[in-house]
This record gives sequence, structure tokens and C-alpha cells, in this order.
Amino acid sequence: ESTSAYSGSVDGSLYAMKNQKGKLRMTMPMTLSFCYMALLWSREPITLSELLRFVVEGHIPYLNVFQHFPEKMQLCGLDLKIFCVESWPVYEEVYNKMLELAVFLDLPRFPDITDSCFLHPDMLCMKYLMEANLPDELHTWTCRVVKKVGIGNVDFLTLVPGNKSTRKVKYDVLAAAVIVVVLKLLFLLDDRYEWLLSDFAEERNKNNKEGGPYFEFKKWYKVIKQSLDVKQKKMDEERAKCLWRCDKPLFYSVKNKSKVLKKRQMVVNLQNQFGKLSGSAQRAEKPNPSSFQLSWSEENTDGCCFHGHSLKGVLQEKCGLLTAMNPDYWLCTVKLCNEKLCGHLAHYREVDFPQSYHFVLRLFSFLLRIQPSYIHDEVCMIEHKLFNKKLYKKLKYNTVLRK
Amino acid sequence: SSREHKLNFRRSKEACLSYIQDAMLQKQWKRAAEFLTFYIESLEKDYSREPIGPSEMIWRIGTEILCHYSHGNMKEFSCFIEQMKTLGIKRYLKVCLEDAFHLLCNGQIDEAYRNLSLAESWRYGEQTAIQDKEMKLVQAYRGLLDYCNWSKQKNILLEHGLDGFADLSVEQEMHRCFQNAAVNLKEIIKIPGVWDLFVKSYVDMLEFYGDHNEAHQVLNEYAYNSKFPANPNAHVYLYQFMKRHGESKKSLISALRILHDIVPSHELMIDFNTMLQKSKKWKKRRLGLEVIFAALDYAGWKENVKAWSCLARQVKQIVVSEKHLDWIKQEWNSRKDWWPAFHYSHYLAKRNWQENKSLSYEKALVAGILLGKDCKYLKYVSHQGCKAQLKKFRMLKKFVNRHNHVYLRIS
Repeated sequence: ESTSAYSGSVDGSLYAMKNQKGKLRMTMPMTLSFCYMALLWSREPITLSELLRFVVEGHIPYLNVFQHFPEKMQLCGLDLKIFCVESWPVYEEVYNKMLELAVFLDLPRFPDITDSCFLHPDMLCMKYLMEANLPDELHTWTCRVVKKVGIGNVDFLTLVPGNKSTRKVKYDVLAAAVIVVVLKLLFLLDDRYEWLLSDFAEERNKNNKEGGPYFEFKKWYKVIKQSLDVKQKKMDEERAKCLWRCDKPLFYSVKNKSKVLKKRQMVVNLQNQFGKLSGSAQRAEKPNPSSFQLSWSEENTDGCCFHGHSLKGVLQEKCGLLTAMNPDYWLCTVKLCNEKLCGHLAHYREVDFPQSYHFVLRLFSFLLRIQPSYIHDEVCMIEHKLFNKKLYKKLKYNTVLRK
Repeated sequence: SSREHKLNFRRSKEACLSYIQDAMLQKQWKRAAEFLTFYIESLEKDYSREPIGPSEMIWRIGTEILCHYSHGNMKEFSCFIEQMKTLGIKRYLKVCLEDAFHLLCNGQIDEAYRNLSLAESWRYGEQTAIQDKEMKLVQAYRGLLDYCNWSKQKNILLEHGLDGFADLSVEQEMHRCFQNAAVNLKEIIKIPGVWDLFVKSYVDMLEFYGDHNEAHQVLNEYAYNSKFPANPNAHVYLYQFMKRHGESKKSLISALRILHDIVPSHELMIDFNTMLQKSKKWKKRRLGLEVIFAALDYAGWKENVKAWSCLARQVKQIVVSEKHLDWIKQEWNSRKDWWPAFHYSHYLAKRNWQENKSLSYEKALVAGILLGKDCKYLKYVSHQGCKAQLKKFRMLKKFVNRHNHVYLRIS
């Protein structure tokens, strides 16, 4: 038999040895990198954060996938290291491996991401604006920022494996960051101005008889916070209730097979006993995969949907153009870090920033299932491109800019 | 706080445990059971490096939940415990013991006895030696249950005895229980520890069979062996035994002496003082005064008429004889700063008079001697007493006035 004594696979024993630098080894997370790479190549309307969310929600086989292997494929010994999954895939890791993989496979430039693609920031911003229950009118602004900063450019967006000079694009994070920048442009988000503006809009709404209501930041905040808190709490509980093992356990060798099976039997017995006691015997049927985690309907009369609200409350006319009433902007960071050295453009600490800003980051952090600091990094990047000229002139110690 | 989006086995189980903990602290047993269900698969992972492994967690948490939430279903509980026994061999006897306690708490004495007997016969390689202490406890508790049986048989025997019937089988059963119990109880009380219940049971049986020597020796050991932790009860048992068997005052006093040292506020201090006061030796009488003053230092004794009357009697006797006034002075020295506020406040004067006139009387008498005739408490009480035309309060006033010079010498 070509299988080694301590592994059911031909090369399982190789995994016991230390990995040589630069060599890629297939792992479970890497299978997702493969999938994502293929999806990107085909320009499918799915982002990496969505893919990983589907994995966690169980729509994509990942945990205990060996249950579906044919009988002949007996996993044992060192194979367990590969196939026994005990952690959920991490966005950064899957993404970076995807880049390595593309280089390894010697792939050419990927198919163009044009402005009609789902992954283009204009498209993704529209989706996220809807999901975040923000006014449709904000889309004009996101497009403006995208254009100004040049991140809608097909050469910026398209992946060229091995090209070290271009910044690799995380489409979902980028789109979320654009929205954050737009919110900062219009509402400042310094824990003062946005509330004053909201009160002002509320006053105007009292006399506003025609057309849609003016968007009030305060109302939006209340609605979103409530939904977010409920969903976050549920998600936290789901994470604590994660079941990692399955009915078909893995065992290292034939010797400890009976031990493992006995233990499994006991686990099942205890789970049944306490499951009956708590009335949670069977888990509810998995809902179908959904692209939207939050949804808001304009048909609801409770006024919870802000899609159709108008931004007139925060805009003013100047020389025939609509500009923001807010004249100020604060930079997340005056100087960007060297990404190659420390891996980040900035180092986000919640206490250093306004609570409204943190709230907005938290919202997208929840939707994308990534750390707020990743979104913060992208926001920094966009801001620096946006205020490029002003930064070079400037006021090193004055971080509040006049636009 | 940024949410940690990385999730792995350990982290999710840690989170699960904290949900269980929260639910248990809020007595939400159903919710705790729900989360426990998801924690259970930790058993399939290696936690041998952790101080407390999942098997112990599940045993302890599961027991709590079932105690509070199994709707009194003992079968459910024992099914769970049986699984816990196989799960942690290193804890086997501990689990057996806790199971037995639980059964006893639910009145299932026979079942507990059976389980303990089974546990006694358990052998498992080197674990048997390692769990030696637990095994002794198992045997001790089985011995205790044997004593319970013995006690039951004894009551039957006494009943029949009254009827005039001698039941041989009951006697034999009793004796068998006694032997089983004695062997185990004797063993456990050899080990330094607190074994009140075991000692009492053993001594009870010995007394019944007339083995007073052995009983006395056991109680002596229990009270005086320095290896054993200081235990006021040990001295109480010894004292009570000696009293039952008419031992000399000298022995009784020496038995209570250490009790006074350990627990000066013990209720037996009254008996102690009473014995000491009557002694011919002045050292003992001196000790008596010390004992009663010390007892009244404690808030729990403030309204104890007996205690005050003991103090009053002794102090009165000293004052009348005018001998050993320095004793009172010595005792009063460390108390004169705080006893007035503690025992003789205006509020207490009113309350004591309202609730208990005897108490007022005794306290006032003491006050008169310690604080003089101008003491406010005394004045109030004697005024009230005279108003109510109670003779003894008039006498009190006279007495204090007559002996006021003593007060002046003491203060």
C-alpha cells in the first residue's frame, strides 16, 4: 500500500515536516482561497467576506467536510492535521494565500473589473448603502469620491498577480471605507456636529410637507443601533454555540478508534440529556443563504427605512452645485504607517476616535465580519489620496482641514 | 471594544463557558443547560494541560443544573452521575461521595448506603492508593449510615422493651450495625480533622454498651490532641460526657477552660462561671469573674438575664465582703471606656425597662458598683422601679448608696 503507516494519504507525512519558505501547502483555508480566486476570475457577484460568511453559516462545506468523502478515503494519523478544522477562516489569511496562489499558478492579469461589475466600488457601495439603511442619495457622493480618488479605475481594481507595485484591492472593505469617508464628509462625525445637524434637519422636517423627509442622523442611529445590538448579541451567542465535531469522528490510528467512538457516544448521550432538559433538542432548519444580513423595507410605515430620505438637510447650494454644509474634515491619521513593515496603514484604537466614527466602523465590521481596524486602514488610505495636495502644503499639527 | 472575529475551538468553548456561568449566576437553569449542550464536545479535545478539564467542568455544572432543574427527577440525576463516574477515573470516589450526599439530602438513605458500599469495593490499580483519603471518607460515611441503622434498631428495641418483649433479631441486627459502624468511625477519627458527627455517633454507641473508658478516651483525644484543629465542639462534647457521668467539678472545669479560651462567648460560659464562683480556691473564683465579664463583651449576650445575674451575684458578693476588690478593678480597667456606651446608654435604659424588668435590675446592680450611684442608667431604672412600687428596686438603691465608697475605690 502506498499509504504510509501514520497517514491515509500519500504525502500526509510531509506535513509533519517544517514547511520550506515559499512553498505552498494545501490547507483547508487554502481551498477557500482557491474558490475565491475562481470567483474573482469569473467576476461573480460575491465578495470574499460573503464567501466566508457562507462558510460560517454552513452553506459551504468546510467543517467536518470529510464526512462526505467516499468510504475508501480513510483519514488517519497526520491527515487529521489537515482535515480537522478547529477555527473559522480568517479574511486576511485567505486573501493573502489567494495572492500567493495566483503567483504560484503563474496566472496572467485577471479579467477586468469594470464599472459594470458587481465588485466595482460604485456597485458595492450601492449594495452596502442599502444594507446600512442609508439614503440612496448618498450614492452620488460615493461615486464622486471613487472618481476623485481614482479607485474606480480598471487598472487599480484588476488583479495582476506578482505585480508588487500596485496595492491589492479588497473590494468589500474598500466600498465600506468609501461610505465611511462620505459620512465623514457630510456629517463630520466628531460626536457634536452630526447631532446638531440632525436637530436642524428635525426642525426643518416639521415644516416639510412636500417630498421625502430630510434624513436625520439621530433617527438613523437609533434604528441601526437597535438592530445591530440585537444581531450582534445573536451572533455572539451563535459563536458560543458552535459545534466543531460531528458524528463521524476522526481518530489518529486504529488503536484508539474504540476509545474515540466510546467518547463520542458519551458526548451524544450527554448532549441529548441536556438538550431535552433545555428544550433545544433539534436545531432549527438552516435558513437559505442570503446576500443581505439587514434589510429595510420602504413599505413599513414605522419610518424605519431611510432609503428614500433626502440629504437636503445637510446640503447647500453653492454656485449651482450641491455641496456639504459641513466645512470641516478630520483625518484619521496624519501619517500613514509603512504597510510592508507592520502590516497596517494605521493602528486603530477605539478610545482615540469619536464614538460616532466607531459606531459606523462597527456597523460595517459586523456586515463584513472583519475587524474595524481593517476598514479604518482603507479609510486612511482613501483620505490620504483625497487630501493629497493639502497634506503636502500643510499644517502638520492641525489635523482639522478646511475643504 | 473591538469584536474578535477570529474564532476557534478553544475560544468558542471559553465563550460558551462564560454564557453558562452568567446563566447559572442568574439562576437561568434552562439557558445554562442549553449552553452546556454545546460545551459538551470539549470532552473530545485534549485539555490535559489545563488545571481543570472539561470533564470536571461538566460534572460540576451538570450537577448544579440537575439539582435545580431536573424537576425532582432522581433517575435523570443518577444516570448523569453514572456517566460522570466513568468519565474521570481520578475523581471516581469524589463523584461517589458527592452522589451519596445528594441522595442523603433527598432522603434516599438506602440508595446512598448501596452506592457507598459499591464505592468501597472499587479497585483501580494505582488510583486506589492515590484516592486513599476519599476511600476513608467513603468508609466513614458508610459507617455513619450504619450508626443511623443502629440507632433505628435501638429505638425499636427500647419500644419493645417497654412492652416487655425481648427481640433477639433486633438485638443481633443492632450489634451487627454497631460493629460495622465502629470499625469505620474509629478509623476516620484517628485522622486529624473535624469529625463532630462521627465522634458523637461513635461515643453514643460506646456509651450504650457501657464502654465508658473507650468513650472518654476518644473524646479526650478529639479535644486535646494538638494535631487536630481547634474545635470548640470537641470540648463541649467532652464536658457533656463528663457531666453525664458525674465527674468531679475539677474535671468539668478543666474541660471548659479551653472552651473559654477559644470561644469566650460560648453559651456554656454561664455554667462555667457558676461552677467557678462556688469554688473554694480563689484562683478559680478569679477565673470565674474573668469568664463572665468576657462573655458580656459580646453583643449576643447583652440581653441575657442569666449572665447578668451571674455577674451581679459575684460582684455583689465581692463588694459585701470587701475582699478582692482589685479583681473588679482589673476587669473594669479595660472595659470602662466602652461598656458604658455598650450596655448602659439612655436608649438601652428605656428599652431594657420596657422589655425585661429583671434584666434592668441585674444590670443596674452591676452599674451601681461599676459606675457609682450617679450612673444615669441606675438612676433611670431605680426611679422607674420605685414609681412602680417594686420593692427590690428600693433595696437596690439602698444597697448602692451604702456601698458607694467601694465604687470610689474601684474607679
